Amino acid sequence: MSFISYLIAGISLGSIYAIMALGYTMVYGIAKMLNFAHGDVIMIGSYVVFYAVNSFGWNPYLSILASVAVCTLLGITIEKVAYKPLRRAASLAVLITAIGVSYFLQNIALLLFGSDSKSFPDVLGLPALVLFHGSLKIPGTTIFTIIACIIIMLGLMTFVRKTKAGQAMLAVSEDKDAAMLMGVNVNNTISLTFAIGSGLAAIAGVLLCSQYHVLNPYTGALPGIKAFTAAVFGGIGSIPGAFVGGLLLGIIEDLSSAYISSQLANAIVFAVLIIVLLVKPTGLFGKVTREKV
Amino acid sequence: MKKMINNSVLAGLAPSTKNLLQTVSGLVAVYIIITIISATGGLSYSMSNLLAGLCIYSIVAVGLNLCVGFLGELSLGHAGFMSVGAFVSASITHALSASISSDGLRFLLALIVGTLAAALAGFLIGIPVLRLNGDYLAIVTLAFGEIIKGLLNVFYLGKDDAGLHFSFVTENASTLGDGGKMIINGAKGIMGTPHVTTFTIGMALLLICLVVVTFLVNSRTGRAIQAIRDNRIAAESVGINITHFKMVGFVISAGIAGVAGVLYAHYLSTITASKFDFNMSILILVFVVLGGLGNFRGSIVAAVVLTLLPEMLRGLSNYRMLIYSILLIVLMLFNWAPAVLEWRARIMPKLSVFGSRKKKEDA
Repeated sequence: MSFISYLIAGISLGSIYAIMALGYTMVYGIAKMLNFAHGDVIMIGSYVVFYAVNSFGWNPYLSILASVAVCTLLGITIEKVAYKPLRRAASLAVLITAIGVSYFLQNIALLLFGSDSKSFPDVLGLPALVLFHGSLKIPGTTIFTIIACIIIMLGLMTFVRKTKAGQAMLAVSEDKDAAMLMGVNVNNTISLTFAIGSGLAAIAGVLLCSQYHVLNPYTGALPGIKAFTAAVFGGIGSIPGAFVGGLLLGIIEDLSSAYISSQLANAIVFAVLIIVLLVKPTGLFGKVTREKV
Repeated sequence: MKKMINNSVLAGLAPSTKNLLQTVSGLVAVYIIITIISATGGLSYSMSNLLAGLCIYSIVAVGLNLCVGFLGELSLGHAGFMSVGAFVSASITHALSASISSDGLRFLLALIVGTLAAALAGFLIGIPVLRLNGDYLAIVTLAFGEIIKGLLNVFYLGKDDAGLHFSFVTENASTLGDGGKMIINGAKGIMGTPHVTTFTIGMALLLICLVVVTFLVNSRTGRAIQAIRDNRIAAESVGINITHFKMVGFVISAGIAGVAGVLYAHYLSTITASKFDFNMSILILVFVVLGGLGNFRGSIVAAVVLTLLPEMLRGLSNYRMLIYSILLIVLMLFNWAPAVLEWRARIMPKLSVFGSRKKKEDA
């Protein structure tokens, strides 16, 4: 029974990675950049919920909505101020700027909220599911996380396939210039992508903090890197890839820290990533692009 | 008149060799000036302590610039190579503390072995990594950096009369025999390494690395490496062995990071694996990109300025890292944003490097 509970914990962690990875993968697919600040947007979103619930006594679900709104605005602002001027510059320049934004968000949080770790309550407050006469207990937050992740993934896929804005995103990710010639507003499409990615980051942040109960200015950094790894794992740019990659990463991390060594869990996760990339260099669901001479 | 003589002496040299001579003489001049200032007591303790650190960061920035600027491969794991150099060399210093009494000789041995170990790590990691391209390569180097950190965090090395003993995960201090002593203590790292790295040693090694890298870039190998960076397919079609030359560049770059690691271990007496994390790799990358890809002098300037900046902003206490991050974003926009570059080209065609390049293209 302990294996099943570890597995469920892994799926739950993986679902959080998957939601974050969806943000990374969409931004990468369209703007062709690693948004290093994504993990820190998650952290800011969690602080919004923390203060809304603890200081203002808001309803948890209302505060999650507020957090999504704040993060969406934040994402659009970051894109407009820091990334948009560099759209035609070398990708390395954009990467370093994203790192600068990441440092900026961490230090703003440090100044505004202090460096001490806040103990984040389980804001969702859902009852646990007890199975097999009490031998298996699944926390309500875990179930909520897994369901939320599946709904988000399906929602995004429908959005991209069925709506005009989604089609525009596909077109921009395929060929920016051709999309522009076809009358797609590239700037708005990129902003919309950042908005969606950052909104998802807010949800991921609440779920992450509700499960691990620790919130400080650096909370988002490492999960952010791992979520990006998950996106690469599944094949960057692919929505189902981010979902599968996130889930697998979470399961591998949780099982290896349970059965091998908690200190080596990260090393094992990254070792698996390397093996996958060596066997399939574009990730699990990545498209193979032919090189033209 | 003086300028003319100078020109005639330097006329026969390749532009990059001229560049190297200028950089080296500049560094030597800086070294002499700082030594004089510090001899007259004009330097605060914390500043003179920082000097060796500046050399270390400059060395690793030059090494990474070889990888990113000349090889064209983004590495996010150079801190990993630094940690290999640091841990191997510090272990040697500790293990030989009884057998070799001369501090200098022991350091030299530690430096050589530490550098070779980092180069070897670069070779082993290069075998799988250099098959990948672009962002995938970057993420795999990141992964390797994290793996090295993770393994060193649970690595224990002890020494007793019977020799060296190591183990993973569990501490083995109790199993050591007579005269036993722990060298690497898992997450606590290596403690009490003698403080050997001085400004002089750091500067000497920086100059050596600079010369090595410049000669490499100007050699046949260097030209092959640049050909691969500029157009892999064209390079392959004229018979350049891609894997071989990429590997040469990557291994040397890792080795130079190892040199910096060795100096680092003997600069701070305590090192832990978690110091060489992703943030360290990113910090080095920031030096390289801000200093200019392929511009070694720029890497050194950026490393020095960006290391001194937080120190100089120390008076602003809590705000210093905030200001640092804002400056980083602004500098990146100033140096790379096409709109800003156009504006700079209009405003100061003579002062701006970008401006003059633009003019040449127009002509």
